This record gives sequence, structure tokens and C-alpha cells, in this order.
Amino acid sequence: MTEYRVMPGPEHFLPPAAASMGIYLPNPGEAHVNGVIVPEEKAMEEAARQFLMAKVPTIFPGPLVLWAWNEKAAKKATAIRHLYNTLKECVGPDQIPMLIPMPDYRPKYPKINPEMEINPNHPNLTIWHNKIDCCMFVGVHCHQANLSLKIIRGGTSCYTIAMCAQAGHEDAMLSFRDASVDKIMRLADWVKKLKGTVQVRTRGSRNGSSN
Amino acid sequence: MADTKSLIGTQNKKGQTFTDPWKLMHEAPRTPSFFTGSEVIKEAIRRASCDVMIAYPITPQSEAAALIGELFAEGYIGDYFRGESEFAVMSQCAGAAFGGARVFTTTAGPGTMRAMENFPMWAGARLPIQMIVTCRGINSPLSIQPDTLEIAYLLNTGMLVWHAETAQDFFDWILMGYMVSEEPDVHLPLALCCDGFFVTHTKDVVNLTPPDMCLPPYDPYRSPVPCMDMECPPVRMMRDPFVMKSNYISYATHASWQQEIWAAVERSRKHSIHWLNGLIDAENTDTDIMIVASGTAVSQGREAIRLLEDEGVRCGLVKVKTLRPWPDEEIREATKNAKHIFVPEFNVTGWLAKEIRATVPNHQRVHAGPHVCGGMTMPPEIIVNEIKTALGLKKSFVMAGRGS
Repeated sequence: MTEYRVMPGPEHFLPPAAASMGIYLPNPGEAHVNGVIVPEEKAMEEAARQFLMAKVPTIFPGPLVLWAWNEKAAKKATAIRHLYNTLKECVGPDQIPMLIPMPDYRPKYPKINPEMEINPNHPNLTIWHNKIDCCMFVGVHCHQANLSLKIIRGGTSCYTIAMCAQAGHEDAMLSFRDASVDKIMRLADWVKKLKGTVQVRTRGSRNGSSN
Repeated sequence: MADTKSLIGTQNKKGQTFTDPWKLMHEAPRTPSFFTGSEVIKEAIRRASCDVMIAYPITPQSEAAALIGELFAEGYIGDYFRGESEFAVMSQCAGAAFGGARVFTTTAGPGTMRAMENFPMWAGARLPIQMIVTCRGINSPLSIQPDTLEIAYLLNTGMLVWHAETAQDFFDWILMGYMVSEEPDVHLPLALCCDGFFVTHTKDVVNLTPPDMCLPPYDPYRSPVPCMDMECPPVRMMRDPFVMKSNYISYATHASWQQEIWAAVERSRKHSIHWLNGLIDAENTDTDIMIVASGTAVSQGREAIRLLEDEGVRCGLVKVKTLRPWPDEEIREATKNAKHIFVPEFNVTGWLAKEIRATVPNHQRVHAGPHVCGGMTMPPEIIVNEIKTALGLKKSFVMAGRGS
């Protein structure tokens, strides 16, 4: 097994793709945390903990859930809204949960407004501008997600989570696979379950604006 | 994310039943059939639920391309036409795949080289096109005979590259190849190579799956990039490429994109192992002498081992099935006991030996040879002699001189 671990950055001017460093994607029923394969439930707990530790826990929904292109997407969007509402209920007064869309991948003219949305080519801008220290990708096409997650790892210290509908993402610090409405709701349940048991990161610890 | 109902168990317009691919390849009854390699390609495509095949004639793949035209006439594939050149064919394949079709094409030698610009483009655009490469000579003076030099050029395109030894490999791997290359975490084109004529134009017994069973169709909604429409091309590939901007993030994005393609090649490893039952086949790995080969050089190596055994020299064999992903760990493990590693090849440059030298510790163990090229055959006796020469043993065969 590789010694390489997928950790919050900033890692490198041009970090390697984690897959090229020997990180493997989980099999069904599993997830990975920092590149180590774990049972899915353990990753649920860790993801909830990371959300509750963050000063600005953020969800980045992509076009596969933002556009109601089929019934499943619409149900997932509802589940994500529930997760976001749960986050808002469970964090303290100093924490600022956010929901920042990634509606499409087309070029933005004259430029992307990172306060309002995230673009896969400029994810670091959104992280920096909003001081995001933990984020979750959901409903983003896999190749775009990998691109964004790696740029985030390269240039920011944000903790990244990927709720992937397919095989998962090595370039996130934590990744689920085969995402479903049920999994999103289970993550919300874990956030609720851990409410009040997790300390928010103190000043001086890593945060999204460190670079 | 696709919300489509499974079609498995239903029938297509030809009355073929869409079958679970694993069951099709491992549980369905097989019928021994005596076919040429080209005919086997046709039979595999009959069962592959291909939407589009685009053809352009160049020996030795022309026969397979023509036979698939018959499949079109019979209604087994959605569309079939001849491109204007190999470059045009590969560009048209890209267009069809962008549109969400399962695409197949065949090529060889100089045609492959002419189309070369398209292959990294396919990989970058994450198009799971399958291309059969029936290798032939590419360099002047002209040769149409088997020579595997074009594989060396394909190795750095970002495509998956597999090298079939036999027509049976070809039949199975064409169908399995779609299963690997269409996985969402892979989604890359596949160059499925064989040594032209030796495989395409000789007959062999091949065990075929029933013709009334076929693969489920391609689901483009499992693509890791959006399906193309005119409003949302796959990222900035066509309308607004990264290179149009000269800034750090444009370069970082392009760099990350390239890394992601090679990451996908790595991800294909798990799926290739699953479908091909390992990236290599190995036998007698406890011996001092190993032959490592791909394509029909494996068959010649196997025969050389038999000849050596007759003389009391024990020798092992590694058959390299996938060149991309490269089976580095598997080759290191299989050759860990070898004092001598011989790499017979049908090309002048010895690209496989170079890959193996870069993979194994104590690379001085690797003997790059014997080589033949330009379409020459490789009698097993010259492999035997190469091994005996290296070991300081007396050669047992004298090759007959030919020609004037």
C-alpha cells in the first residue's frame, strides 16, 4: 500500500493526481478518508465531524443535482437542502454554513464571481474569498470534480469531501461513492448526532484562506 | 446519475438479448468456431451493441472493416461509413462519441500515424472509443507486414493500450474492453492491438458466445464530463480553450486536466484486472530465465520454452496483456527470481524491453531481444539461440540461409 496520503494543502505548485500516487477508489460499501479505505459508516462520522469543526462548512452542488433533469436529481437536491438546513441548525453562532452552486462549467465573462458561485477552473478563488475550510462536492461531473479538488488541494488548506454518484474521488480528503438520497440523509443524521460534541477549529489552525 | 431503467433481459431490434456483461463473458455457452482474426472482430462487434463504426481502408485491417460493413447491412450497428482519410475517421469517431454513441474503428500502420493527433484528443475529451490496431510496418521502405512499432507511439497518448496474442483474446477483449473503458472513473479510449496478418489473416479455433446475446448499450450519462451539446461543450475544449488565456490558473487547469487523464489510466487497473483476470499471465516464475513478451511474441516464446525444456533448460514466461495500464508491480513480482529476462519483439526499437528495464530492479538482467521487424517471422529457435548465447550454452539450431 502506498504511503501517500491525501491531506489538506497547500500541497504543491502542481500536486500530483492522487491516483498516480497509488491511492485507490473504494469498492461498494466503502469510502476513503485521506486515501485510506474505510467502511462507509466510519466516513459518514468523519465527514460530519469535519463539517462541525469548520468555521465555514460549505456544500458545492453541481449541475447533476441543480438541474432537475430527472426525478432522481430532484430528490437529491431536496436531500442536499435538508443537509444544509441540518448544518445550519447544528453549528454554533461563529460558524457560517454556505451553499454555493456550480450550475454549469461554461466560461464566465468577464469573470467568475467567486462570492456567488464556484467554477471548476477557479475553485480556489471561491475558497479564498469565502474563507471556506471544509467543503463537499455533490452532483459534479467526475472529471470536473477531480480537476477542482486537485486545484483546491494544491492552493488552499480546505478540507474536501466528495459525495460521488459513481466511483468516488481520490483527490478529495474524504470520498463516498454511489451517492443516493439515503446517503445524503444519513450524513445529515450524523451531523445531528454529533451536534455539540465537536469543537470548532481554533484560530491558528488551518483554514481555507491560508494561502 | 443516469436514471435509466436497466435493459438487461430485453431485446434489441435484431432479437438479441441484452445480457449482463459478466454473465455473457463467463457463463454463456461458447461455440468453437474456425475463423480468421478479421472474422472474429466482426463476430465480437455483432455482440457489442455498437452505435457507429467508421472505416477507411488500410492493410491489414481493411478486411475487418469491410466485414463490419456487412453487419451494418444486417442491422447490427446503427451507422457505418467510410471517412475521407484516417485523420478524418478518427475525428468523426470523436464527433460520434461526443454525441453519446458507442464507437468502433479499425486502423493499422501508417494510417494510425496519420491519425495520431486525434488520440490524445480522444483521451483528453474522455471518449471511450475502441480502436483495433492491426499492427504493420510504418517506416519507409513500405511494408504491409506485421511490425509493432506503432504501439510505441500510442503508449503516451493517454489511451488504454492492450496487446492481444490470439484471435480468442481479440474476441473476448473487444467486448471486455468496452466494459473497462466505459467505467465512469476510467472513460478513456482503448487501442486494442494485435500483430497484423499473424492474427487477422490466419484461422484459429475461437470459442464464441451466442450470437443472440449482446452487451447492454452505452450509457453516456455515466460520462465524467457532460455530454456535448452546443451550449455546453466539454469544458473549454472547443469554444474557449485554456490556452487562450495566459495566466496561472489556465496553465494549472490544463496541467491538472492532463494529470487527470493519466489518473484515469491508473484507475483502469482495477477494472482491467477484474475483466482480464490480471494484467499479465505468468508461468514458471521460480526459474532463473524468464521470457517477457506481448502479442504473438508470447506464442513464439511459449514454443521456445518447450524447445528449451527438451534440452533440460527450464524457462518461465510472462504474457503482458495490458501496456497501459502498465503492469509494473506484476512484472517486478513475476521476475523477482530471474537472473536473465529476455524480451522478444516484432519491432526494431525494442520499446517493450525499454519499459521492462525501467520497471525491474537490476535492469542489466534484461536482454532486449531477439528483435525482428519489417514483417519477418520470429522462429522460436532464434529465441532459444538468444537465450543460449546469453547463458554461454552451445547453440543447437542453425538457421537456414534464404535468398540468393
